[in-house]
Amino acid sequence: MGWIGETVDSIKSIKIRQLLTQAVTLGMIVTSALIIWKALMCVTGTESPVVVVLSGSMEPGFQRGDILFLRMTKEPIRTGEIVVFNIDGRDIPIVHRAIEVHERKTTGEVDVLTKGDNNDVDDIGLYADGQMWLHRHHIMGRAVGFLPYVGWVTIIMTEKPIIKYILIGALGLLVITSKD
Amino acid sequence: MHSFGYRANALLTFAVTILAFICAIASFSDNFSNQAPSAQIQILNINWFQKQPHGNDEVSLTMNITADLQSLFTWNTKQVFAFVAAEYETSKNTLNQVSLWDAIIPEKEEANFWIQISNKYRFIDQGHNLRGKDFNLTLHWHVMPKTGKMFADKIVMSGYRLPNAYR
Repeated sequence: MGWIGETVDSIKSIKIRQLLTQAVTLGMIVTSALIIWKALMCVTGTESPVVVVLSGSMEPGFQRGDILFLRMTKEPIRTGEIVVFNIDGRDIPIVHRAIEVHERKTTGEVDVLTKGDNNDVDDIGLYADGQMWLHRHHIMGRAVGFLPYVGWVTIIMTEKPIIKYILIGALGLLVITSKD
Repeated sequence: MHSFGYRANALLTFAVTILAFICAIASFSDNFSNQAPSAQIQILNINWFQKQPHGNDEVSLTMNITADLQSLFTWNTKQVFAFVAAEYETSKNTLNQVSLWDAIIPEKEEANFWIQISNKYRFIDQGHNLRGKDFNLTLHWHVMPKTGKMFADKIVMSGYRLPNAYR
């Protein structure tokens, strides 16, 4: 109970200038994070430089909760590359491996067929109705690096949003009640 | 400045930074491994070769694949994904790559292998260009690390040719 008393006291004793300084500091931290994120997007050439693996279709290489670093270059997709793609009409990106590639002579466009390592069949069933191949505009990036387990934080926060609110609330309280 | 909260925060930040640093170094050490894999593929038999109702050629073949990929494994390797792809050119496409077989090799001991198998995935062309076609069989591998950068490379074996007539 003493802790609550202290918190209430410290909230009462906040001066306006100190509050503004803290707000500006917080704004600077958020803005720097945003700048770093946007710079990463530029450097890697893709809209999402980091993705979390959500399904078990690439096991045992990628487990649910791992994170993948993506990069997108102008070079055409080749078989064996692990690509992250979006199907029209669905918003969750899928991480699978390209198993078949056909590159057109005239346009340089590539038709790509993908399959998850742990799946028995290729991804034709996942594509939109009538779609037989993936094209470059479906593909968000190629996976070039990998970190295990780090993505669980994101999965937990997405699937149990209450934890997100608790975390942000606790951080906010910590910022407000800190003495500097 | 010396409360439990601050100390825990500092400790956690330091621990995470060190962990990230160790992961980066582990991945960097992969650059120093000497890799000398070898492979050989023999086509034992063309089982059948037909034009399907939808107009595309399809081949079924039996291959004998021998490979030694043990030198690809480092202490930071989780698994090696190996696959064989047929690569060829047609009048419409500069490059066609069709994966015929793949395998996940989880340990170094299993990386020296010999397997006789018919193609795991269907070898279907976009069109009917496969009669008498010269093609390469390429063994690709993808080294998936415990943490960090993934490496991929291949061995190209050329000189394979499909029969001139359907059978």
